[in-house]
Amino acid sequence: MTRKMADRLAEATPPGIARKIGGLSDRSLAWLFIAPTIFLLLAINIFPLIWTIRLSFTNYRVNRVNADVKWVGLRNYERILTDPDIWQTMQVTAHFLFWTLFFQVLLGFALAWLINRKFRGNDLWTTLIVLPMMLSPAVVGNFWKFLYQPQIGLFNYMVSFVSGVDPASFSMIGSIDLAPWAIVIVDTWMWTPFVMLICLAGLRSIPDYIYEAAEIDRASKWRQFWTITVPMVLPFLMLAVLFRGIENFKMFDLVVQLTGGGPGSATEVTSINLKREAFEKWRTGYASAYAVILFVTIFGLASIYVKALNRVKER
Amino acid sequence: MSGHSITEPTRRQKWIAAVLVIAYTVIILIPLLWIISTGFKSPSDAISYPPKVIFTPSLEGYVNLFTTQTRITPDMEATLPPPETWYERLVREKGMVIAGPSRYGQRFLNSVIIGFGSTFLSVFLGTLAAYAFSRFRVPIKDDLLFFILSTRMMPPIAVAIPIFLMYRQLGLSDTHLGMILLYTAVNLSLSVWLLKGFIDEIPREYEEAALIDGYTRFQAFRKVVLPQAAAGIASTAIFCLIFAWNEYAFAVLLTSGEAQTAPPFIPTIIGVGGQDWPAVAAGATLFLLPVMIFTIMLRKHLLRGITFGAVRK
Repeated sequence: MTRKMADRLAEATPPGIARKIGGLSDRSLAWLFIAPTIFLLLAINIFPLIWTIRLSFTNYRVNRVNADVKWVGLRNYERILTDPDIWQTMQVTAHFLFWTLFFQVLLGFALAWLINRKFRGNDLWTTLIVLPMMLSPAVVGNFWKFLYQPQIGLFNYMVSFVSGVDPASFSMIGSIDLAPWAIVIVDTWMWTPFVMLICLAGLRSIPDYIYEAAEIDRASKWRQFWTITVPMVLPFLMLAVLFRGIENFKMFDLVVQLTGGGPGSATEVTSINLKREAFEKWRTGYASAYAVILFVTIFGLASIYVKALNRVKER
Repeated sequence: MSGHSITEPTRRQKWIAAVLVIAYTVIILIPLLWIISTGFKSPSDAISYPPKVIFTPSLEGYVNLFTTQTRITPDMEATLPPPETWYERLVREKGMVIAGPSRYGQRFLNSVIIGFGSTFLSVFLGTLAAYAFSRFRVPIKDDLLFFILSTRMMPPIAVAIPIFLMYRQLGLSDTHLGMILLYTAVNLSLSVWLLKGFIDEIPREYEEAALIDGYTRFQAFRKVVLPQAAAGIASTAIFCLIFAWNEYAFAVLLTSGEAQTAPPFIPTIIGVGGQDWPAVAAGATLFLLPVMIFTIMLRKHLLRGITFGAVRK
C-alpha cells in the first residue's frame, strides 16, 4: 500500500519540484551512485580486456620497445591451438580441476551433513574448519613446501608413521607422479570448508516437515537421504562447484608457490604457463591470445554450467 | 518444538558426528599449528628428524625476520663492544652482527595500507551502486549486474598484461595508489553483489516513510538505509579486506619494491643455504594470525556472508 502511494506521489510531483525537494532526482542519483563503479570496472577490467584482444592479433613484445609491431591476424591463435605443450598444460589443469572438485564435494558434503547433526559446540568446530580458506594461498602454499620435504617434512613423517614407508623415499613435490597430487591435497585442505559451508546452507534450508512427512510415509532413512536430502542440496552443491571450478581454472598463487609448475611441467597449470609466456618469455602478443582463449573457455563453460544449474533449480 | 521432533538426530548419531568432525578439524589444523611452532624453533630444531613437537623455544626466527645480518670474523668481533640487547647477543652467538632492519616491516605496512585503502573504496563505491541497483529503476540493470559479476571470471594473469602496460604509462606501477585501485576494481563485483543482497532485505517502507516525512532521497539513504545495512556492510568489508590481504598474483607481477605487499615477500625470505624456515614461519605467523583471530571473532558475520554471497549469485 505505502509503496504504491509513494510511487503515485513521485509520479504526481512535477520534475522541477522533485528536483528542488530531493536535491537530486532519483534518476540522476541512481547514475551518480552507479557511475563510479562502472567507471572503475571499465578502466581496470574492460579496457585491459579490449587491449588484450587487440594485442592478441599482433607480434608485440614488451621487452622490445623499438621493434615493429605487426598485425599477424589469427596466427597467435593458430599457434596456441596446435601447440602440444599447451594441450599438456590443459591436461594438468583438467586433472587438478577434476580431483580437487571431487574431493572437495565429497568431504565438504560429508562434513556439512555431520555438522548438521547439531551436536553441541558445532559452531566452534565449523569456525576452526573454515580457517584454512581465509589464509593467503601463496604464504600457506610456500609453507606446505616445507611440510612436503622428504625426510624432514611433517607430511612425509606422518605418511611414514601411518604406512611404514620410509619418509626419505618419496618427494611429493619433487616427483613427476606425485606432484599433481601434492597440489590437489593442499587445495582440498584449503577449500573443502567453502563447499562445506554452501552445503550446510543447503541442508539448513530443508524444512523439517518434509522429513516428518516422509517419516509418516515410513520412508527409510536411506531413502529419505536420496530422495529428499540429496536433491534439495544439489543446487547449492552445484553452485559451490561453479565457484570452485572458476577459481581453480584460474589457479595461480598456491601452485606457483608450492611447485612452481614443476617438476618439469608436471604441475604447470594454465595460469603458470601463461605467466611464463607473458612475463618470462615476454611474448606479449602470443600471451594475449592465450589469455583470450582462457577467458572464453571459462566464460563458455560457466555459461553452459549455469544453464544446467537453472534446469536443476526448476525441478 | 524441534527438540521433540522425529527428525532430531539421536544421541548416538550426535556423538559419532562430533567425533568425526573433531578428528577432521584436528588433522587440518596441524599445518597451521606447525607454522606457528616452527616460528619459535631454532633452525636446527626446525629441520630435525623426526620432526620435533617439543623443543626449546627460540626467537631466532623472529630476529632473522626483522633484521639483515652479516658474518664477521673472530678478530673483528674482538674489536666490537659487547652486545647490548638480547637480540644482538643472539645474533652474535652465531658469529654475525645485525646490519640493519629487514624489509619485512615495510612490506607488512604496505599490506595494511593497500588492504584497508582498497577495502574502504570498494565498500564505499559498492554500497552506493548496490543501493541504486536495489532501489531504482536502472535501464539494462540485469546486464550491468551480470557484467559486474563476469569481471570476476578473468584470470588475474590475463588482465595483468595490459594493466602492466597501462600502469607503466600512467606511472602507477609499483605504487600504493595503483594497487589500491586495482584491488578495489577486483573486489567491487563481490561487494556490489553482496551488498545488493543485504539492501534488498531492508524493507522499502522505512525509506518511503522517511521520504514522506520530508527527507530527501539522499538523506533517507544516509539516515535510514545505511544504519540498517551496517552489519552487511561490515561483513562485506571483511571479505574485501581478506581478499586484498591475501592477494598474490597481481602483487607479484605489478610490484617489486615500493608497494610490494607481504605475500610475495614472505616466500623470498632466505637465510644461509636455502629458505630460512623459522624466519619464513615467523613472517607467515605474523601475517596469518590477524586473519585467524578475525575469523574466530567475527565468525557469525563471516560464515553468513560466505553462504549468502554465494547462494544469492
